Amino acid sequence: MKTDTSMQIPQLQVDNISIGYADRTVVEGISFQLKPGEIACLLGPSGCGKTSVLRAIAGFEPLMQGSITLHGKTVSSSAMFLPPEKRHIGMVFQDFALFPHLTVAKNIGFGLQKLSRKQRQQRVEELLELVELTDAKNQYPHQLSGGQQQRVALARAMAPRPDILLLDEPFSSMDTELREQLAREVRDLLRRDGVTAIMVTHDQHEAFAMADQIGVLGQGKLLQWGNGYDLYHRPSSRFVADFIGQGVLIPGEIIANNKIHTELGIVSGKITSPAAPGQQVNLLLRPDDIIHDDNSPLKAEIVARAFRGAVYLYTLKLQSGQQILCLVQSHHQHDIGEFLGIRLEADHLAVFSDLL
Amino acid sequence: MSLINQFRPYPLFILVLAIVLSMPVVVVLAHVFVPSGDIWQHLSSTVLPDYIRNSLLLMLGVAIGTLLIGVTTAWLTTMCQFPGRSVFEWALLLPMAMPAYIIAYTYTGMLDISGPVQMALRDWFGWQYGDYWFPQIRSLNGAVVMLTLVLYPYVYLLSRAAFLSQSICVLDVSRTLGNGPWKTFWRVALPLARPAIIAGLSLALMETLADYGTVQFFGVSTFTTGIFRTWFGMGSAAAAAQLAAGLMVFVFALIILERYSRRKARYHHTSRRHQDLRRFQLTGGRAALAFLFCLVILSLGFLLPALQLLSWTVHVADTVIDAQFMQLLMNSLSLAAFAAVLALILAIVMAYAQRLYPGRLVSGAVRVAGMGYAVPGAVIAVGVMIPFAWFDNTVDDLARSHFDYSTGLLLSGTLVAVTFAYLTRFLAVSLQTVDSGLTRITHSMDEAGRSFGFRPLQILRQIHIPMLSASLMTALLLVFVDVLKELPATLILRPFNFNTLAVKAYELASDERLAEAAPAALAIVIAGIIPVILLSKTITRSRKLKLAIDEN
Repeated sequence: MKTDTSMQIPQLQVDNISIGYADRTVVEGISFQLKPGEIACLLGPSGCGKTSVLRAIAGFEPLMQGSITLHGKTVSSSAMFLPPEKRHIGMVFQDFALFPHLTVAKNIGFGLQKLSRKQRQQRVEELLELVELTDAKNQYPHQLSGGQQQRVALARAMAPRPDILLLDEPFSSMDTELREQLAREVRDLLRRDGVTAIMVTHDQHEAFAMADQIGVLGQGKLLQWGNGYDLYHRPSSRFVADFIGQGVLIPGEIIANNKIHTELGIVSGKITSPAAPGQQVNLLLRPDDIIHDDNSPLKAEIVARAFRGAVYLYTLKLQSGQQILCLVQSHHQHDIGEFLGIRLEADHLAVFSDLL
Repeated sequence: MSLINQFRPYPLFILVLAIVLSMPVVVVLAHVFVPSGDIWQHLSSTVLPDYIRNSLLLMLGVAIGTLLIGVTTAWLTTMCQFPGRSVFEWALLLPMAMPAYIIAYTYTGMLDISGPVQMALRDWFGWQYGDYWFPQIRSLNGAVVMLTLVLYPYVYLLSRAAFLSQSICVLDVSRTLGNGPWKTFWRVALPLARPAIIAGLSLALMETLADYGTVQFFGVSTFTTGIFRTWFGMGSAAAAAQLAAGLMVFVFALIILERYSRRKARYHHTSRRHQDLRRFQLTGGRAALAFLFCLVILSLGFLLPALQLLSWTVHVADTVIDAQFMQLLMNSLSLAAFAAVLALILAIVMAYAQRLYPGRLVSGAVRVAGMGYAVPGAVIAVGVMIPFAWFDNTVDDLARSHFDYSTGLLLSGTLVAVTFAYLTRFLAVSLQTVDSGLTRITHSMDEAGRSFGFRPLQILRQIHIPMLSASLMTALLLVFVDVLKELPATLILRPFNFNTLAVKAYELASDERLAEAAPAALAIVIAGIIPVILLSKTITRSRKLKLAIDEN
């Protein structure tokens, strides 16, 4: 439905923004943009400033520097500030913030004041159907389950067809087991309506399940912008490597432009950042980079293990005392103290030169 | 099991206590069925329609006034930022320290023909007596204004709490859905706070119905003045009790309204996370308007009358503050302290009964015992007087016929009667305070103490008493001040020639000796500030707690 010309205007453009209060800068120099229909996620530990970015887009936080442009129209800059009610955005809050005094249908219709009664009713019916809550339309929020409440919040935010949907940790009050499933459901819903959306979360699994593009934030800065695969296998900094997935860093020396010498032998693969031979580096090893192989001459002592259902996560100790992680199918049982044959199998070699 | 528990001596004692304490209300209600002959006929054909009409008009006026002032000031001080806001936040509670009858006669003194206001007007404009029109303060409208000025804090307090507890996200959502700040207030904040506002309003209206001093002084006939007139003027206890029962119908309606609103408020609850309250920054003219509005309310409700009382007091101090006044002060303070201690002991006994014997019987009994808070003092006085007088007469008759000896008045017209009336009316206050303190001590704390080998008495001494002491002190103070301010029940039940500050202030004011009444009135107002300070402390404490939660 989107024409080619509209594809060229970004739906959201965040340009070098800084947010802060009198004595403290919360967010500094962040830029990114979203194409229409794209779903993005700002991921980071608590206190990294991700919610401030979202609230700045919504119009609840002023900017110290930079600008925010929605659908070609500047809504925030250090010079001007459009109040939230004039921005045509939708927002889903962490606690859903449903209006407890209104029924489900009235909650969803809350932002549709400008439509005629009939149009409003029609739009509400549409959304009720979309989030599968038609039967609950006359109920009050306190009569709904957490998941249902969340769908109401989503439908309410989507009802006025906002230019962009902002989701602030929308799954954090849900059971952990439910989160990923819900994230996928929400993603499907947004896709069906072609909604451009941006979500904030500290949970990488939610981010992977939901987003096309993920921005990792740390200490107020945007550290990396990319898809889940890139963040996991090609982290651009130690912070991202630590924050996304599990893994350890082992020291090594670059001997060719695709080979690194480590305690585990010579590892070959694509080195993700430019490095010169002879350079001392730290190589990121994910648990799935280490393969269990009884025939391998390389052995390591098992010092701890954690049962993960289908797999065991073993913590292994190399001769030097360096510890590494290894995922092994759980029908291979090994006890602590045993030696496990291992083999390295990595495609992407993420290296970091700082030895911290 | 639990049924057996309920019939042990302790719960049984609570049951008996509840029955005794509910006696005044039961007596009054029972009198609906006692024929009072012609008097009732006479009342209902002459003055009763007036009582009903005036009471309703009074309630309507006070409702409108307290809603307008209470909700506006609450919204301004919680959601907006303007100069002086943090002072107004607690200072707007000060009018609670001002009993309505005191503010009524203070304004009468200030606004009447020889008062400072009219004198200043005549000086400025060169008018003569009778040249100009000036509103008559001693009227139904005047009573509405007086009651509004001192009762709006109930609405203020509860709507403020409601605004504070609203998740800021709910307001933000409304903004993202295209509503500006004003529309958000009308469409979200106000409807969400409605149950709390109505609960506050019903408390203010209960106080309106209970008022005797103001309406009597202003010559407005309501149920309370009617009860007095029927009792003392016509000497008919039964008819007075029937009027009291009529008044209770209004009170019950308000209790039901309040309970219903509070129950509904639970469903108007929003999640409290993300509570960083960002106030709307008011600037320029708007900030000045907000400041002025709060200042005018505070001045009218507290500052001006307090200053007037102070200036009268200074003026008459030499002649009025003498040994007799000191006696008056002692009477009031010791009576209030005695009643407060007694109420506290009963409250502790009842609160622990509820804790140790959880069950419907005990909690029902405790609820009945705490029912009196909504009952106007005049009604309680009638309900105490009738059975006490009956008891005295019966004992006297028996003694005379058997021993040829007159026992006279044993209970009625003694301090026992007055104290009993205070207990029935104010027990709820201390009960609520003690109970909320006690619920903070969880059962697992007791069990933790037991697991360390503490005996029950050790647990009481080392866990309960330290944790409860603040609540106990608060309970004591609140009842103390309430008793000090109480007028109608004291007026009816006090022993002959026994005066309190409230009664003296009222009597002097009734004799138009307004200035002379000021020292007693001022003493009551100063005492009344104590609970206001306590309240504002809880407010700051809750805010600090909230901040602490936000930090995490």
